[in-house]
Amino acid sequence: MSNVRKPYDLSEIKIPRGEIHLIKDRCKGCGFCVEYCPNNVLEVSDEFSEKGYHPPVVANPERCLNCGLCEIVCPEFAIWSTLKEEVEASIEG
Amino acid sequence: MAMAEKGKVEEKHPMEQLLRMDRMPHIWCPGCGIGISVTAFVSALKKLEFDLNKMCVVSGIGCTGRVAGYIKLDSFHTTHGRAIPFATGIKMANPDLKVVVFSGDGDLVSIGGNHFIHAARRNIDITVILVNNFIYAMTGGQVAPTTPETAYTTTSPFGNFETPANIPQLAEAAGAVYVARWTALHVRRLEKSIVEAINKPGFSLVEIVAPCSMYYSRINRLGAGIDMMRFYHENSIIKHDEPTENLAVGYQKQIIVGKFIDRERPGFIESNRRWSAEAKG
Amino acid sequence: MKANPGDVFTGSYYIDGDVAIAYGAIAAGCKFLAGYPITPSTEAAEAFTKRTPEVGAIFVQMEDELGSIAAVLGASWAGKKVMTITSGPGFSLIMENIGLGAAIETPFVVINVQRGGPSTGIPTGAGQADMMQSRWGSHGDYEVITLAPDSPQEAFEFTIKAFNLAERYRVPVMLMADECVGHMTEKVVVPPASEIEVENRKYYGGAKDAYFPFKRGAGLVPPMAKAGEGYGLYITGLTHDEEGHPILDRDLKEATLRASIDKIRLNADKIIELKEDRVDDAEVVVVSYGITSRVALKAIEMARKEGIKVGALRLVTVWPFPEKRIAELSKKIKGFVVPEINYGQIAFEVDRCSHGNTNVILVPHGGASVHNPEDIFGAIKQAVEAKKRYPQLVSYKTALEKQISG
Repeated sequence: MSNVRKPYDLSEIKIPRGEIHLIKDRCKGCGFCVEYCPNNVLEVSDEFSEKGYHPPVVANPERCLNCGLCEIVCPEFAIWSTLKEEVEASIEG
Repeated sequence: MAMAEKGKVEEKHPMEQLLRMDRMPHIWCPGCGIGISVTAFVSALKKLEFDLNKMCVVSGIGCTGRVAGYIKLDSFHTTHGRAIPFATGIKMANPDLKVVVFSGDGDLVSIGGNHFIHAARRNIDITVILVNNFIYAMTGGQVAPTTPETAYTTTSPFGNFETPANIPQLAEAAGAVYVARWTALHVRRLEKSIVEAINKPGFSLVEIVAPCSMYYSRINRLGAGIDMMRFYHENSIIKHDEPTENLAVGYQKQIIVGKFIDRERPGFIESNRRWSAEAKG
Repeated sequence: MKANPGDVFTGSYYIDGDVAIAYGAIAAGCKFLAGYPITPSTEAAEAFTKRTPEVGAIFVQMEDELGSIAAVLGASWAGKKVMTITSGPGFSLIMENIGLGAAIETPFVVINVQRGGPSTGIPTGAGQADMMQSRWGSHGDYEVITLAPDSPQEAFEFTIKAFNLAERYRVPVMLMADECVGHMTEKVVVPPASEIEVENRKYYGGAKDAYFPFKRGAGLVPPMAKAGEGYGLYITGLTHDEEGHPILDRDLKEATLRASIDKIRLNADKIIELKEDRVDDAEVVVVSYGITSRVALKAIEMARKEGIKVGALRLVTVWPFPEKRIAELSKKIKGFVVPEINYGQIAFEVDRCSHGNTNVILVPHGGASVHNPEDIFGAIKQAVEAKKRYPQLVSYKTALEKQISG
């Protein structure tokens, strides 16, 4: 990483960290959120929901950037993220 | 209301204020694209600088026809094919309202095809969000005017031999001022198009190619909704301003998406006002 | 309340029934007309359109009648008094959304200037064969109100009445004129606005989140709300509960669907309007409506001259049907004579409501013109001379029928 130039405005860049919220009983197990999460935060769980579907599980919570794609791609209004914190950017990030 | 994760009580989805949560779960099957069309729409509503109390949603009949029942705005679930003229009546009677028609391909271009053409010709200021799943799904998977050639349906058991409608071309020819098409996968772009369409004065159309995971996909052995989404991922190509004559959709062929028409034409309301004022003298 | 003076073209005119309908609608406060050209009703739309700039109304010529009636429903929910004008095949096309209009309890007026049918029929000739269709034309159970004018003056007055009833009961109202009334040119007096009683829609005024679009009180008519005022209305043609939500529950359906029907049935006595002439001492009563009641007047005069005690009962409102009055009269008289320009529609209703108490004689007519008064007179004579109770409704053999069958 030592070859990477450090941007001048690095100190101003904040990286959002999101928190996933999931209402399992609404999920119909289509898998869209798992497939299209750009940072692979979600995985399909082995668990059965009340309706008999496999809801997603937040496998890598630290990777969530609160981009909101899971919210908009979910046909069931079952999953969304909220901003948990913003962390300082670093070139190792 | 369902409990969310352990220890948290009644979490609220950020779109809940614009959805009728007491009507959930909705009727759409797992992997259906209509739910995504709704989230894209609601997401677009939040970006509008407009009093949403002044917005009406009108649907016809069919799977997409049920959208009106889930959106928490003044909403009308009308008769099969008649969403556009119903919306036309609302808009003419109160031009201050924004009127959005949210319905399916069979509803809007088959039984309601004539209204579609004439609303575009008249350039009445409404936005039409048309979910195209290539099939009559509510009735169990019959052939539609949008079913691609050779695709199986319950009433084309040997493959569809009719030529399907090219909806953007139809809209352009009839006089629509804004025409875009996206798949259910292109949610962000779709959301942006819906914002543009609603803000555009005149007849605007956003077509959404969406998976019918229960009928179209099953009878054609295309897998689940997710498999159709993967197909869109691999086979759709964004070509803004593509001539609409090139936008026919073939069976499991490339789907061209993008914004194709964005033009100006005088609309019904302003022409009517001008005519009326001149006549009055 | 009184009509808005700007909407009333006070004066004495020599105009046809179609134009009188347009003037009546405007006087009633109609601000939206969607229609499609069809003979013999087009003059009404033309007359309305000419006046739209001065009264601030909108006319839109839709792509077909299916679209016209849908636009009418939409405009009604946006808060306007609305109507469509049609005839013949157009009346068949609007039937689809008459059902929606009844289901979602929408006030609007349909003008049907009846022509000869079936199908294209005789577009330039009179007919009265859509009477049952006005009542039962859409699928499923519902109630409407139907009126039948017999002259251009009545076309003007009844159109106002139709709007008042539609707004009062939140229901589709049909004005069933016919080609004769529509194209007949007579004196029409439009009174000053101060003499025209106009009823406006009752809107809900309570807390917005407590509004249920189909919740009814004692009068059985739920107050309305306009689209675009923050009520978050959900209005569906699916069978719904009082909140408007679709229901599948059989028992709940009984409570809500039934209530929308009872709204008219239990108010029928207030809605029904009849015009009776010398019925009290009558042996025979001629039941008629629309243009036929004017033809019947001649026959009644002929019969009275011969000393037959004949009375006239004219249906101003055809639906709901005056069941009680017909039943009451059936016990006192020798027979009903029902002339109509069809092969039996309202005559069957008269027969049904007579409960076998008296004879009912239909004077049929195939349309394109009106009855010969001689035929109605003949039927009156047959009724008064009948020695026995007919087992069922009989059809009078008209002169034309005799001539054709030899």
